[in-house]
Amino acid sequence: MIQIKNLHKSYKMGSNSLHVLKGIDFNVNEGELVAIMGSSGSGKSTLLNIIGMLDLLDKGSYTLDGVLIKDLDETKAAKYRNKFLGFVFQSFNLINYKNALENVSLPLYYQGVGRKERQKSGLEYLEKVGLTEWAKHLPSELSGGQKQRVAIARAMAAQPKVLLADEPTGALDSTTSYEVMDVIQKINEEGKTILVVTHERDIAKMCKRVVKLKDGIIVEDKKIQQVKALKHV
Amino acid sequence: MNSFKIIFDRDTWQEIFGSIQKNKVRTIITIIGVLWGIFIYITLSGAAKGLDNGFERAFENVAMNSLFVWAQSTSVPYDGFKIGRRPTLKIQDVDLLRKRVPEIKYIVPRNSRGSFSGGSPANIVRGTNSGNYAIYGDFPEFRKISTQQIYDGGRFINEEDIKNNRKVCVIGERTFTDLFESNENAIGEYIRIDNVYFKVIGILVFRQGSPFDSDSDVFIPFTTFKTLYNTGDEVGWFNIAAYENADVIKVEEDIKQTLKMIHRVSPIDKRAFGSFNLGEVFNNIIGFARGMTFLSLIVGIATIIAGVIGIGNILLISVKERTRELGVRRALGATPGEVRAQIILESVFLTVVAGILGIILGAFVLATINYFTVDLKDFPYTNPTVPISFVIGALLIMVTLGTLIGLIPAQRAVSIKPIDALREE
Repeated sequence: MIQIKNLHKSYKMGSNSLHVLKGIDFNVNEGELVAIMGSSGSGKSTLLNIIGMLDLLDKGSYTLDGVLIKDLDETKAAKYRNKFLGFVFQSFNLINYKNALENVSLPLYYQGVGRKERQKSGLEYLEKVGLTEWAKHLPSELSGGQKQRVAIARAMAAQPKVLLADEPTGALDSTTSYEVMDVIQKINEEGKTILVVTHERDIAKMCKRVVKLKDGIIVEDKKIQQVKALKHV
Repeated sequence: MNSFKIIFDRDTWQEIFGSIQKNKVRTIITIIGVLWGIFIYITLSGAAKGLDNGFERAFENVAMNSLFVWAQSTSVPYDGFKIGRRPTLKIQDVDLLRKRVPEIKYIVPRNSRGSFSGGSPANIVRGTNSGNYAIYGDFPEFRKISTQQIYDGGRFINEEDIKNNRKVCVIGERTFTDLFESNENAIGEYIRIDNVYFKVIGILVFRQGSPFDSDSDVFIPFTTFKTLYNTGDEVGWFNIAAYENADVIKVEEDIKQTLKMIHRVSPIDKRAFGSFNLGEVFNNIIGFARGMTFLSLIVGIATIIAGVIGIGNILLISVKERTRELGVRRALGATPGEVRAQIILESVFLTVVAGILGIILGAFVLATINYFTVDLKDFPYTNPTVPISFVIGALLIMVTLGTLIGLIPAQRAVSIKPIDALREE
């Protein structure tokens, strides 16, 4: 699903150049649930941003679902993101003046899907995360866990190839964290490829594979025995 | 999505309403800015138009490009004559003036006593009532220049009156009330003017034309005046109207030069002939009204621009506030074009809504002013309207400016990379 070869990325900080990713080789197959771990500054978020086409790579190659991703302008990147990728953020990033259903349907709006169909499929995804009754509520009326579940439903609504989650539990307490991970595991079991950036060990253990980054290189990459989140709830 | 689909897509508008409703106070303040601008514009230009109409109504009974010419005394010795000679205008001057100054449309010789050209007013008697009134000797053409109205049942002096030296007269409103009972019919009655009986043929509706006009003036045929007061070929002054497109100042100068030639007055004599150029005065007043219209246009448009800049300003802040939201939208697949279109449409939408409200409010205020001033005859203000072309022009300006000003925040919105937008706290 994802092939990354010899990926380099550096940021210009004034006159200095900060070399963040120093040659990453990384493959993800369809249906995997990968945790990307590392301390802050290790480059894990940068890697996720490049995979999410929110950022451009300097050197190396990136292939997503057989499509070589290069020469991205903003319009093209937006189309690829809409078609291939779903995002879940640490701070949820729901649009605060839209209700849960409208938030979930938003990616479909940018896909050009008609209103009725959007509503229908938005409701389906809300049902998947168990929030059907909250469809008409604004984000401010939802708890943190509920917000993140809405965000996951929104990411899934566009039927992406890959779901990218950047610290999805970073702003949640452990019980709600596990609830959210439970949702993520269930989506994965349906065959979706998911990448989770986290620095929490227990969250990483709920994935099927853990990749550790340190100073811009992969220091560890191993498959693990998945812990079911449901057990902790 | 192409741009047309965006404009006519119901979802686009839902998005726009969503973000406009998000901050109601902001939206209202923004709208007030433009609303105020267009309101000032509509009210000012309507008021200027009302003033323009008002002036036109105030002077509708006088030919707009008319002038008076009379003789004074010479200030330069010339052709063997001493300084201080008083030339006398003659009835024969008319033909030469017409020939020399083709711009003349009407030229009406007039005589009077007890008014502008001096002399004692006529003593007028009817039964036991009597009074002294200014009396004029006039030609029928007089009404071509001064379009005064005669009350129903009466008439003004006509050609037959002139030809036959008829002893007929037109009297003023006040002369009528002085000499007659209010329920009497004056037409056909006889009154004595300086001991000669005259038949009343009409009563004049009084409207101030020149400052010498009075509501008690009495008008008799020019030829009758001549016999009555033994004035011969003398003319008190000429009332002259030039053609619409003539330059009244040049006409005035040409007439005076011709008169100087006829009456053997030095061409450089500035005092020999006096004149009062109503046309020039009108031009000044009309120029003033035009100036007002122009000024109101400038002020109005400037205010609109200020309002639209306000919208741009607020949207710029709003884009900054919404950086994160726009980042999320782009992460979810909004193209820069879609984000830009949304911001511009918000700008145009706010501008147009504010503009339409301002037009309605302005029209309402104009209607109110009109309602309270419609009966005020002395107030030069009639039918304040704004030409539809001004309104459409204003709307076009607003849409254009709204788009242009929207471009700035729109560009700002897409110039931030989604990754930076998402990082923004």
